[in-house]
Amino acid sequence: MRYHRVLLPLLLVAAWELAAYFIANPFILPSLTTVVPILANPMSMTYTLGTGSLLENAFASIQRVGLGFLLAASIAIPLGILMGRSVALTDLLDSPIELLRPIPPLAWVPLALAWFKIGLTSIVFIIFIGAFFPILLNTVDGVRAVKKTWVEVATTLGASERQILTKVVLPGAAPTVWTGLRVGFGIAWMCVVAAEWLPGISQGLGYLILYAYNFGQTNLIIAGMVVIGLIGLAIDLVFKRVERRWFSWRELER
Amino acid sequence: MGLKLDGISKSFILEDGTEVRALDRITLEVSDSEFVSVLGPSGCGKTTLLRIVAGLERATVGTIVLDGETIEGPSPRMAMIFQEYSLYPWRSVLANIEFGLEIKGLAGEERRDRALSYLDLVGLREFAGRYPYELSGGMRQRVAVARALAIEPAILLMDEPFGALDAQTRNMLQKELLEIWEKTKKTVLFVTHSVDEAVFLSDRIVVLSPRPGRIQEVVPIDLPRPRERTSVEFARIRRYVLDHMENMAVSSKV
Repeated sequence: MRYHRVLLPLLLVAAWELAAYFIANPFILPSLTTVVPILANPMSMTYTLGTGSLLENAFASIQRVGLGFLLAASIAIPLGILMGRSVALTDLLDSPIELLRPIPPLAWVPLALAWFKIGLTSIVFIIFIGAFFPILLNTVDGVRAVKKTWVEVATTLGASERQILTKVVLPGAAPTVWTGLRVGFGIAWMCVVAAEWLPGISQGLGYLILYAYNFGQTNLIIAGMVVIGLIGLAIDLVFKRVERRWFSWRELER
Repeated sequence: MGLKLDGISKSFILEDGTEVRALDRITLEVSDSEFVSVLGPSGCGKTTLLRIVAGLERATVGTIVLDGETIEGPSPRMAMIFQEYSLYPWRSVLANIEFGLEIKGLAGEERRDRALSYLDLVGLREFAGRYPYELSGGMRQRVAVARALAIEPAILLMDEPFGALDAQTRNMLQKELLEIWEKTKKTVLFVTHSVDEAVFLSDRIVVLSPRPGRIQEVVPIDLPRPRERTSVEFARIRRYVLDHMENMAVSSKV
């Protein structure tokens, strides 16, 4: 371990504590000594103002993201494969996709509420929108980048359309699809926090930090933000691990 | 018996509606275990001709007959080796060779043993577990040869397989190819633009004219193998073929 990698974080912690001491207003900047106990007891009910433990709130958010993300992947990947293989379908869908893609997921909130009312469906829909486009576009790119020669080798060896799809196109596109999943998950995770500010929600990390604000509990806000960051980081690490283990050939090949 | 190309012509329609004739009435018989090179300047349609034989493209007119049977698409009796690297980068060397066998439905030990025996044939057994990006260009083409041979075709179709290699590696692979050819007694249809390569390898050289590709001349080569590139006879035949190609180049410009 190189020491200078921990040097800056340590300095920041010290600066924080110093600032908190001089500001002397826990609503603006609470001392870390009031944040750490919350993080150290993720199962405890005492700090979370009756919203359930930190862990339960995190679990609620992860569940929502998982649902929206899986839904997005299960539609975007097959659609992306079809679009990557068919010029006609791409021509048909390209302009609507280009039109919808730049709309921020949160701009869909009012419409989501109108369509699905308050509740889980609306949140899952927002996350779905956030994850859908990066997965779709990366899948299309990945399928298009499958070398013609790879497909032709399989054709001359007598492969059926189905075998070409499962043995050549899918493995050939997999690294790029995986990148799409990673980016899509990152956006989905950002969306869930904001989506949990919708009315009628009573749990989740996004809900927790806004609720904590209403009670002036800035230490709880910060603890919630730390957890949101850590979970995002952990999941991104898992994605990267898998990428290195299974898909490193994409970089090494070129 | 053997391979018969009967009156193969191929025309492309350009976007502005004009018709371009790439191949003009190619008729050629290749007997079993014969090594025939198709030689011609770039753009003469020699690769197109090979792709038609492989079933990757269709002739506008004409038929391909293999052992009395008309061929209408990719045939398991033929295997093609491409110019550019065609190995699957996500598969190990052994798994690449197993690919064609997998397509055929061969499984388990039998598939592995067969793949290994062809890996032996190209002298790369100790690289079985490596990945294509770990191999040099020459080694990759050896693996491609092994993959083609593994499905035990009667005919090998080779599209400038050594075109991307440096001169030294190229010479070495030509020598190895002849050794393999003598051991396995395959029929080889070999496309190249190198006169030297064609004279070194072939029983017969089929010289194509520039677009539209027509058979200009068929040159039998009776020199015993291994051939000495510096011998008088070799030089004489090379001169003869070269003269033909230069004459064509001049006459096509007039």
